[in-house]
Amino acid sequence: MTASYLRRVKVAEVERVASRIKRFRLVDVENKPLSEFSGGSHVTVCMRAQDRVIRNPYSLMGCPSDTSSYQISVLKVDNSRGGSQFMHDNVVVGTELEISEPLNLFPPAKLARKHILVAGGIGITPFMSMMSELDALGSDFELHYGVRSAAEGAFCKLLEARYGSRIRLYLQDQDQMVPLERILSNQRLGAHMYVCGPKPMIDWALRTATLAGWPDESIHSEQFNAPPIGKPFVVKLARSRREITVGGHQSILEALEQNGIDAPFLCRGGACGQCETEVSGCDGFIEHNDHYLSEAEKASGRKIMICVSRISGDAVTLDL
Amino acid sequence: MLVSGIKSRPVYPGLSPDPNARRNLIVCDRAGAEAVVELVARAGEDFVKRASVILVADDASSEEAAALQKKLDPVHVEVACSLDAAIAQLREILSGASMGLRLYAAGSEPLIGSVVQAGAENFIDPLSVRTEHRGSLMRRVQCVHCKGMTENVVTNPVKCAHCGLLLLVRDHYSRRLAAFQGVCINAEDPSDSPEPKVEFQ
Amino acid sequence: MVIAFKNETFRDDFTFSNSPAAIRRFPFPFHEDKYMYSVNIEPHVPGPKGSVYEFPIDIDEHYVSEMRDRELVLKADPGRCQALPHMMTAQWDMLELLMTSMARDYPEHFSLTQDGDRWHWINRPLGIDQKFTFGDVKTLPYEPMEYIGRQCQGDFSIQDQRDGQLWMDAGIITTQADWSLDFDIGMNFFEWHGPVPLAHQAGVFDRALKFLLNLQHGRPVRRLNWTMTINPRLDTSPENYHKWGVDRTTVTPENVGDKVHLRVELQGLWRLPRSNTILFSIRCYMIKMRELVTVPKWGRRLPRVLRTLPPELVDYKGLTRYRDTTLEWLSKYDDGAPTTLGCGPD
Repeated sequence: MTASYLRRVKVAEVERVASRIKRFRLVDVENKPLSEFSGGSHVTVCMRAQDRVIRNPYSLMGCPSDTSSYQISVLKVDNSRGGSQFMHDNVVVGTELEISEPLNLFPPAKLARKHILVAGGIGITPFMSMMSELDALGSDFELHYGVRSAAEGAFCKLLEARYGSRIRLYLQDQDQMVPLERILSNQRLGAHMYVCGPKPMIDWALRTATLAGWPDESIHSEQFNAPPIGKPFVVKLARSRREITVGGHQSILEALEQNGIDAPFLCRGGACGQCETEVSGCDGFIEHNDHYLSEAEKASGRKIMICVSRISGDAVTLDL
Repeated sequence: MLVSGIKSRPVYPGLSPDPNARRNLIVCDRAGAEAVVELVARAGEDFVKRASVILVADDASSEEAAALQKKLDPVHVEVACSLDAAIAQLREILSGASMGLRLYAAGSEPLIGSVVQAGAENFIDPLSVRTEHRGSLMRRVQCVHCKGMTENVVTNPVKCAHCGLLLLVRDHYSRRLAAFQGVCINAEDPSDSPEPKVEFQ
Repeated sequence: MVIAFKNETFRDDFTFSNSPAAIRRFPFPFHEDKYMYSVNIEPHVPGPKGSVYEFPIDIDEHYVSEMRDRELVLKADPGRCQALPHMMTAQWDMLELLMTSMARDYPEHFSLTQDGDRWHWINRPLGIDQKFTFGDVKTLPYEPMEYIGRQCQGDFSIQDQRDGQLWMDAGIITTQADWSLDFDIGMNFFEWHGPVPLAHQAGVFDRALKFLLNLQHGRPVRRLNWTMTINPRLDTSPENYHKWGVDRTTVTPENVGDKVHLRVELQGLWRLPRSNTILFSIRCYMIKMRELVTVPKWGRRLPRVLRTLPPELVDYKGLTRYRDTTLEWLSKYDDGAPTTLGCGPD
């Protein structure tokens, strides 16, 4: 069963919240209420560019119980595959888009006694709704938010106004670093840490927590991988006996969709597992870019997550 | 070996040291102490410095307990006279403990189950408790009918210590209750009373 | 559509029966003449008018009497309804889903007025008129799951989603086919399915879990499950097995038609939006053998299915003592003629 159900929305408001970040407010085209969602959820936004369809996941940032609109924030990435550029350059008030229903791959741990949120840059987005939810539930949380500079940090003032001393800001241009080791070293049992941001920051935070003796079960991270750019290759479809070329700036999933082939997907960021596909042959090496398959599964070469992974080589044969 | 087709049956992968833990708290019984001796021998000095043991010595003489204490040297060992006393002590420690504490349990299944249960009550994820089964296969069984617990069960079926029904001990296990499920074995024909056989020694 | 609610019992004198219309809409679960295990999950979308699939939550002629039986079960054993503390948001989610569905689809019987978080619920068949504040548990006589669970046919459990697993952390279960909420609460998806034979080896639960973890709000799914019950007893709990188990020895060739029931569960799975949990609804339908054979296709097919059931499942479903007697009685209705595809009557 594919998850291609989409809702039509239009942009009600666009705001530049930092030098490279824009916030978009989306409402249903017929002004119907949107679904409630849980803190940490995201939607996939479907953008119809001139020559192709781009689908990117963005965290929902508003209050989960507000069904009148959704808010997303988009960081403009240079040299990207076009999604963030499209949102920044082509999407204005009144633009119509399609979005998926909310999906949550980064929920707060309901059994935690305390939540320690660690954000870097645009990684703040999933924490916006999460804090809204935790605050409404009266849960204990604190946010440690690292930004390049005051000008690049989105929502700093808003967060401080809303949550006061529970927000700690660290400005990189003033050599302020998140003192994570100290933060983690003296927490009572029942604390959970969540990290979202650039990959090096996530890796550093996870390593720091492990070295502080935190068990894996208390450490959570979210990272959406945009499909990396690579060289073109051919996908052979064993069941439908077709051959499709995947362009250098395309994912396998996008190439399939462009050719009218319906493949299952949800998060499009290598996290949810929905697009797991059997590999029946590979003329080259699989470059696994997902967070879903186990190391053993990756090593076996029998499975691939077609939303983010590609191959270096000439061709791969999939059971599709 | 504990083998079963029922997937709720817990798996005990064996003790392994967590080199990063700030504090290693180990609960074991006489049989489990052997696994702890092996753990301590395998782990580094840092681990030993940060480790302490609660030894349940209800089936050991004071000489045997002292011998085990010596074998575990230099790890600090507290001797508890019963599983209940050990769990009470564990709860006390956990209520004031910090992240970075790692919990270990070695010995019979009721002991492991009680440690995991006390951990969960104090926000420790059961998956992060390191466990090893040693010694007796005896079980704690909850009667699904009267909800009473029967301890140290070695036979199947077993008579419920509370309502007296003859219970089939299923491999279905509840972590929350730290017990296996017992269901009346002759409900469909009360005249049929299968002889209890020793199955969990 | 006004439903004529029956006054009947599911214990003691067992006066339960199906009207001819209820027989026609019975969700017969076998689409072919032999037994095949399958997960058979399909989207829970509206089905034909009058069918059990017409509305997301099906209310039928047994509603009032089933709710009375639930009340008796909960009075004798409050442990049949339990929720772990972190499930309160999920309880409200469930209340909202059921109230809005019931009021929308059965306006003659239920109505809901929402003014922000001030809600007004009217349940005419049970004579309930309740004003309350959504989100404020003090304004209801029970916690939300129990409150609405006492007013909706079917058992419900709520699964929390965390660490790539589903955890059964709440439920109101009074018509279960031999599993104990009190024992299973807090278990994960693999653990509470632990006792089910064969399916684990086939990888069925691995695939089902992966599917459910990605279940989307507004896109519920359903499947059918079945067993058999002696006497139309809703409460076939393990807790009371020592009281009802003996029923299984009372089947004779003379009483099969009235005593033996096919018991079908319409299981629905719904993503609950605020709590990111999954609601599992288990709606139980029972039909007597005598009623079932009034549909010739079912009379032919059921004995063919029962004959091909693997022994592990005969045992797991508790049919051992009466399957042969039932088969013999049913065989009179199987003339060997071919049957048409699909589950419904011809």
